[in-house]
Parts: sequence; structure tokens; C-alpha cells
Amino acid sequence: MNSANQTPVIELKNTSRSFGCQKILRDISIKIHQGETVALIGESGCGKSVTMKLMMSLLLPDQGNVYWNGKHISEQSDKDLSRERLRFGYLFQGAALFDSMTVFENIAFGLRQNTKMSDKEIKDIVQEKIRDVGLTVSVKNKKPAELSGGMKKRVGLARALAMSPEVMFYDEPTTGLDPIMSDVINELIIQTRQQRQVTSVIVTHDMKTVQKVADRVIMLYPLSRLSEGEPQIIFEGTTKEAFQTNDPRVSQFITGEARERLQELMEV
Amino acid sequence: MANSNNSMSISNKQKTTFIHEIGRLTIFVVEAFGDITLFTLEMFRWLFTRIPRSSIIFSTMYHVGVLSLPVVIITGGFIGMVLAVQTYDQFSMMHMETRLGAVINVSLVKELGPVLAATMLAGRIGSSMAAELGTMRVTEQIDALKALGANPIQHLVVPRFLACLFMVPLLTAIADLTGVLGGWFIGSFIMGIDSFHYWFHSEYYVTAYDVLGGLLKSIFFGSAIALIACHRGFNCGAGAEGVGKAATESFVLSFIAILTIDFFLTFIINTGYYIIWPSPVSLM
Repeated sequence: MNSANQTPVIELKNTSRSFGCQKILRDISIKIHQGETVALIGESGCGKSVTMKLMMSLLLPDQGNVYWNGKHISEQSDKDLSRERLRFGYLFQGAALFDSMTVFENIAFGLRQNTKMSDKEIKDIVQEKIRDVGLTVSVKNKKPAELSGGMKKRVGLARALAMSPEVMFYDEPTTGLDPIMSDVINELIIQTRQQRQVTSVIVTHDMKTVQKVADRVIMLYPLSRLSEGEPQIIFEGTTKEAFQTNDPRVSQFITGEARERLQELMEV
Repeated sequence: MANSNNSMSISNKQKTTFIHEIGRLTIFVVEAFGDITLFTLEMFRWLFTRIPRSSIIFSTMYHVGVLSLPVVIITGGFIGMVLAVQTYDQFSMMHMETRLGAVINVSLVKELGPVLAATMLAGRIGSSMAAELGTMRVTEQIDALKALGANPIQHLVVPRFLACLFMVPLLTAIADLTGVLGGWFIGSFIMGIDSFHYWFHSEYYVTAYDVLGGLLKSIFFGSAIALIACHRGFNCGAGAEGVGKAATESFVLSFIAILTIDFFLTFIINTGYYIIWPSPVSLM
């Protein structure tokens, strides 16, 4: 494929980000091309979710630049940025449903906020999205507190999909779910991609998700375990390459082995 | 390597002096002021750019105003009654008990009503707003708003600011009213002061300027409560501890802000009074 020659849908160029005195990301450069599904993997705290929030401009980098379709985001006004951001859908780790609203109001939120659609049109779209994620329409009057973890994730997905995004971000979509529900979510991600040519970025620890859904894998390593000057992205390649790599740090994560970490535990 | 790092950090700690601490505190205070000022300016920008849907504003006003009525009525009523009990003996010794209404009512409308009602509301509304917005931040709901094309300040802060701006003065007026009635009830029915003289002296001494001055203060108190609570909520730390801290900080900072604003506004309002009416009214 000639994706390398195309303008990337999203590009992070030499981005760094700290929170207080703690540096989370250092000099990260990533390109996401149209139509591909990229899995961001790595240990907890290595900066995967922060990377994804930088891509969506929910956070801004301390250093470096973020480009959407080749356009520098800091050159855009807040209004343009807000409008451009609607091309992206985001499934949050805990679904981030608005507690005070019903399922219907949650899914309709983006449509009411950004379009002039009639109530009838919004109602039709909400019901279609509820069905798309495998829920019954009767769930629409429930509050998020009345839903199970899997249902919340699916409502979160329906809310993100209601705006028909070109790019979907999934932040740990299967974390905390039982194996069957995890597979349901994986299938929904695949189904979303099949229905429309959606570009997807998935942050996950679940290797089944990576194997089933991703075209490409990027692995980040925690800065605390790297010396000065070592690149934070320790692997970038196809899913097949990720599962066959000889790099011990990558294979250790993929196979889920503690190895020398047990020793560190003893020393503490 | 690790040892040398440890020894370095220890030697760095040893170099920290009282002057360093003052410097750190100064930077913290300047940063905090700068941050809340930018937050306030951003809120005003959205207030004049795009007002939220009326259903959101009215729902917030209901939560801030109507649901705070019981606590404000109780606070106002008891302040008036306590003032009557506390001042009766002194005024009775000077045979001036009929002037009790003047003292109680002027204290209520100028100072105690607005300040104590605002303090109660900083606890009831401010802490709840900080905790609610803090929880929204911790659970990524504020990020979700941004992701769905809404501006969190326009969507969350502007309605809360408007609700406090309009509701806190109304609630203060109700606290003033219940306080006046509470003081009259104790003065007339328990202490036996003649109602006619009680109200006659009240009417003579309490001016519309005093009432309006008190309500003007409450507009500033309401604005400060909303801005501080929303700012603390938006900058909430992680987890349940962060949410709890945001709620506590919101109340403490609002209380300090109420007292500080009260001092400066009292000064300005009193100066204005003496400019308009140079000779003060006497109790005698």
C-alpha cells in the first residue's frame, strides 16, 4: 500500500508531555493513516492514553506538534478545532457517560449540540445506534448508574458513533469486562470498521483485541525504565511482526510474563 | 547511580530554607490567582458569546435556588432570633428596648444576612458544585464534553455562574426577611416589646440603601462562590481524595473570598453613603 506517501490523518511530531514534575511522554512521533487500525500497547502509566488524548487535542503537548490531515492544530481557532474534533469519536476507558442524563440524552448529546436536526431525526439516529451496538431500545430511558460495565461501554460507543466519525479512538475498550463481553466489543469495533472506512486507534492491554482487530502495533515504554536519549516507542510494525518479534521487552509484554519484575518486587 | 541520586536529592533538600518556602508559596499564590483570573475571563467570554439552553439554566437555578430555600430560611430566622436575645438585655438596661428592631434589622440587612446566607450557600451549593464537577473530571466526563463538540466552560460553568448570580441575592433577600421576622417574633412576643414602636424605629433607621447595599454584596458573593467552586472542580486531583479535597477547598476559599469582598464592599458602600448623605442617622 502507498499509505506512507499519503498525508496522515493524524500525526504527532516530536511531542512531549509532562504532568507537574512528572514527564510522561518524550519526543514521540506517530503517523496514523486513513483506514488503518492501530493498537497502542504498553505498561500502565507509559503514556498510551495521554498519546491518544494528544491525537484528539483533548490535551496539548508541552513540546512538539500535532497535525490533522497535515494541518497544524495550534494554527486553528478554538471554534475550528471544536468543529474539526467532531470528525473523531472517542470511547473512554470508563465510558464517561453523563451521569445526570439518560442513555437517550447521552447518545443524542452530540447531535443536539452540533446539528440542527429535528427531534424526530435525532430519535431515529439514537435508536439506530442503540440497535447497532446490540442493545434493546428499552434501555434508552435508563440512567448510566443502572447499566452494567459492558452496557456502559456499548452506550459510550453508540454515543461516539452517533456523530458518524471518520476516526475512532478506543481507550481500553475491553478492560474490566468479562471475556464474552470483551469479544462482543471487539466484534463491534470490527463491525464499525466494516460499515464505513473508519480509521481506528486502540489503547489496550488485551492481546486478543490486538490480534483480532489491529493492523499495526505501536508499543510505548515507561520513561522511568528508559535512559536519557533512548526512544520511548520501542516497537512499531504489523500485528504479525509484533507477535513474532525477538525484542525481549515486546515479547515479555505480549506473552504477559513477569520475568525480572519479580526480582524487583523482592528487592522492594 | 541510585545512591548518588539519593545523596544529591538529600543535599538539595538540606539547601531548602525559609526563603525558598516563601518563594514557593508566592509562586503558588500568583499562579493560583492567574489561573482563576483566566478561568473567569474565559467564562465571561462564553457568557457573552453563547448562552446555554434555557432548560439547563432553569434546572441549575432550581437546584441552586429552590432546593436551598429551607437552609436559608432556617439560617435567616435563627440569626434574627439570636440577635434579639443577645441585644435585648443591653437595650433594656438603657430603656431603649423599642429601638431593638432598628439594631437587629440594620445588622441583618447590611451584614449578617448577606454574609451568613452566602456562607451557608458556599457550603451547600459551592461544595456540591466542586464535588460534581470534580467527579466529572475524574471520570473523564469533561473530556467527553469536549469530544462531543461542547465547550465545558460554556456548558458547565456559565449556567452555574448565572444561577448563583441571580439566586444568591434572592436567597439573601429571603434570609433577610426571615431574619427580620425572627427578630420581631422574639422581640415582640417573647420580650414583650410593643410592635408599633419596634417597626416604627426599624422603618426610621433601616434605609433602602442599606437593603440594596446588602443585596449588592450578595451578587458578588454568589459570583465568587460559583467561580471558585467551578474552578476547584475543573482542577480536581485524581480519585475520591481529589474530589473531597476540591469540595473542601471550594468552601474554604469561598469563605475567605466572602469575608474579603465583604470588607472592601462595606468600605465602598459606607463611603458612598456618607458622600450622598453627609450627616449619619442617630439612634436617639
